Amino acid sequence: MDKYEAIIGLEIHAELMTKSKMFTGAPVVDSVEAEPNTAVSPLCLGMPGTLPVINKKAVEYALRVALALNCQINQDNIFARKNYFYPDLPKGYQISQYEEPIGVNGWLDVTVNDEMRRIRIRRVHMEEDTGKLTHVDDGTSLVDYNRAGVPLLEIVTEPDIHSGEEARAYAMKIRQILRYLGVNSGDMEKGVLRVEPNISIRPSGSAELGTRTELKNLNSFRVLADGTAYEIERQAKVLDAGDRVVQETRGWNEAKKRTFSQRVKEEAEDYRYFPEPDLPPLYISDEWIAAARAALPELPDAKAARYVNELDLSAYEAQVLAQERAVGEWFDTAVTAGGAPKSIAKWMINELFRLMNEHRQMIDRIQVTPQGLVELIALVDKGTINNNTAKDVLAEMFTSGQSPQEIVEAKGLAQISDEAALATAVTQILDDNPEMVARYLAGENKLRGWFVGQVMKATRGKANPGLVNQLLSQQLAER
Amino acid sequence: MNEETTHKIMDLTNLTLTELQTALQNGETTSTAVTEAMLERIVAIDNDIQSYLTLTDELALAQAQEADERRARGDDSPLLGIPLAVKDMICTEGVQTTAGSKILEGFVPPYDAFVVRKLREAGAVILGKTNTDEFAMGSSTENSAYVTTRNPWDLSRVPGGSSGGSAAAVAANLAYGALGTDTGGSVRQPAAFCGIVGLRPTYGRVSRWGVVAFASTLDQVGTFGRTVADCTAVFQTIAGHDPHDSTSLDVPVPDYEAALTGDIRGLRVGVPKEYFVEGIDAEVETAVRTAIDKLAELGAEIVEISLPHTEYALPVYYLIAPAEASSNLARYDGVRFGPRVAGVDMIDTVKKTRALFGPEVKRRIMLGTYALSAGYYDEYYGRALKARTLIKQDFLNTFDQVDVIVTPTTPTTAFKIGEIADDPLQMYLQDIFTLSVNLSASCGISVPCGFDSQGLPIGLQLIGNSLQEATILNAAYAYEQAANWTGAMAEQPL
Repeated sequence: MDKYEAIIGLEIHAELMTKSKMFTGAPVVDSVEAEPNTAVSPLCLGMPGTLPVINKKAVEYALRVALALNCQINQDNIFARKNYFYPDLPKGYQISQYEEPIGVNGWLDVTVNDEMRRIRIRRVHMEEDTGKLTHVDDGTSLVDYNRAGVPLLEIVTEPDIHSGEEARAYAMKIRQILRYLGVNSGDMEKGVLRVEPNISIRPSGSAELGTRTELKNLNSFRVLADGTAYEIERQAKVLDAGDRVVQETRGWNEAKKRTFSQRVKEEAEDYRYFPEPDLPPLYISDEWIAAARAALPELPDAKAARYVNELDLSAYEAQVLAQERAVGEWFDTAVTAGGAPKSIAKWMINELFRLMNEHRQMIDRIQVTPQGLVELIALVDKGTINNNTAKDVLAEMFTSGQSPQEIVEAKGLAQISDEAALATAVTQILDDNPEMVARYLAGENKLRGWFVGQVMKATRGKANPGLVNQLLSQQLAER
Repeated sequence: MNEETTHKIMDLTNLTLTELQTALQNGETTSTAVTEAMLERIVAIDNDIQSYLTLTDELALAQAQEADERRARGDDSPLLGIPLAVKDMICTEGVQTTAGSKILEGFVPPYDAFVVRKLREAGAVILGKTNTDEFAMGSSTENSAYVTTRNPWDLSRVPGGSSGGSAAAVAANLAYGALGTDTGGSVRQPAAFCGIVGLRPTYGRVSRWGVVAFASTLDQVGTFGRTVADCTAVFQTIAGHDPHDSTSLDVPVPDYEAALTGDIRGLRVGVPKEYFVEGIDAEVETAVRTAIDKLAELGAEIVEISLPHTEYALPVYYLIAPAEASSNLARYDGVRFGPRVAGVDMIDTVKKTRALFGPEVKRRIMLGTYALSAGYYDEYYGRALKARTLIKQDFLNTFDQVDVIVTPTTPTTAFKIGEIADDPLQMYLQDIFTLSVNLSASCGISVPCGFDSQGLPIGLQLIGNSLQEATILNAAYAYEQAANWTGAMAEQPL
């Protein structure tokens, strides 16, 4: 048993990919790419007299996430003002949810080292993002309000996580679900998804919680895992040395692979929360909840389970195909188009993904259609083309967008299954190579492959390999 | 100017808004002519009154010309071509809006408030922006960072506040009507002090979009007129739902002008005993009691009532309003708009910029911050919210028994400039009769009901239930027509 037990809670901030901001019609733009301060309205700048209006789409997205994370939905949603000063916060307060967040008491199952763990989710609430402050060398500070007011969802766990790997597995799963729901791109480097662990340790078996530190600005899942693991070790060393852990916010130094102190929190911040007087309570009706629930897509776990139980895929295949919603839906479409699930899975995983990697394309951008793949597999099953030709045809489909039938016809790739024609070819090869025939008949069985190769060569690879083998057996036996 | 033009200007500026409507409709004058007359009068006498902070003369003349063109094309909108004034708490696109504060000096909004857009669409002429206590925090305009407006009835006295500039402008015939804002009494109290009519509509009846926020659950735009009909005409134009204000009420706007029948027979009028207590000026009380008798003469049924939580209104208001203000005013940091006072670094710059706030604003920010702080929230802000519910309930219960509640608008008539400026508590007591309306989501109007022995106007407050503006407007109209103080109002010292 380890000397210490780590207690970790995760706060995830996810921007919602709506067209407009949380409380104003100003557009949501890529805040890394866009020219600073071009996607702002008077409200985004906190100008006097401007008033917020709730973006219904953002609520819809938040509702989807809360439902997907198995939360209870609060029907009376109260927005609150979280008051604090920073120049990237245009109004001097952030409109957030405090006492009545949209979702509470949810959970998510994650698998770490083949073990399933249930992480409880304390709350999911809606709020708005801040602007971005950049400090320039000469002491000037620049501020960009493009991001200010972008709808933001905060997802907070109970302290149910116990290692960096668990933190990573949970965060990755949240990202996967957000992407499945179509509400967030999951791009951590652009900051649209931000993960902040609260970490404390305590002697194993103890019931008391230790002093916690918070890690911020972790821009990848690997950094989340490494940073959390480092922080657990660091706290253990502090306790072992008889010191106490300081409550603070820490950052991650990627070069030195360690955390460093950013800001010590001497006392709890007082945000002077009070109900947002500019927004009446938002009521989410039973009908709205039911409609949102009905519109939820099949989520990754359910999808993978269905692939194994109903379509007879291996656990590995199921997991790979359910990883991304677009991939799963591509597969589902192909199955609906009439292909054998197992064959489709193999062709996708072995061939299609290789081509996608080669061409660096996502599945929703490729020219190959699920119907096209099903047709290709049918051509193989019917014996029109053989497996190797089919791979070439798929590559051609990938680059040209043509149907397999078109490619096979245009290039004359249909395999020769005409028994008379193939028999003539086989006879010709055997007649031309009497000494090889003699060696084969003397017992050199491995030469059989050589004969097949010669027939294939003569037919430019189009011979039906099964038929060739059958004819070879017949004719060799007659010699 | 020669005697003839002086006479002409006098005539035009003396008209009430409704008289001007008729004159314009009959082609007896043009918007350009009355706008020029108003601007000339403003130039001539506003130096003494200081009701305007910004005069938008060029804009006004352009609007007047456009209004005349519209009228020539057959347009007959009620406010077409009528010169009005707008309190400087209300944003005007392209025109400086200061909220009476140095922290917004030079701020030119890129948008119109909803109410200003309504006025522009109706073809009204905007003469300028009127003085206000800084961020509407005050009852005398003495807290304006720019000037103190003077009461046209006695230039040594305050016009009331915070909408003192608008009230003085209308009283001195420097506008035919005006917009104000009323968070605790800021339309009704100056209306009473200046001898004009001031309406505070129900919260949500008029959009707050573009109105500089003071206390978001209490703020509401109100209207001033020399007569009830004038006040109503402006209100009719600005009332209505605005999807950009989530607290705006989506209910149909009645024809308020048609509601002014003057018939109040059977109207149940409640007189709350808690409003006739120690501290009220004897002459004010006499005038209000006489007015109540007049309402009875007109056929109203007078009922003695009780609003038992009245004494809590003032402390409740002075917790809720500053709490909301402390949050609303956090945006004035010099980073994005308004003046910036450079400091050694970012935080120092913000601190130096915020030093532009005046003392009363700072006092309320501190009060409000304290009331919302951890450990004090429950005791102050939380309890204030509960008490507010009790006050609301008082009014709801009372409106089961009566249609209108009648009270004095203010405990005294206009006080001298400087008389209580250094005593915030005395100043806060100015709103003691008006702020329950804001706390309870009722509506209220102040209508002149006589003069004290010094010749200073006295205001009668009529309070109606939520969205019952038509009822109080008609009651005020009936009283006004019967008492006939309007004639006396015209005999002004200026």
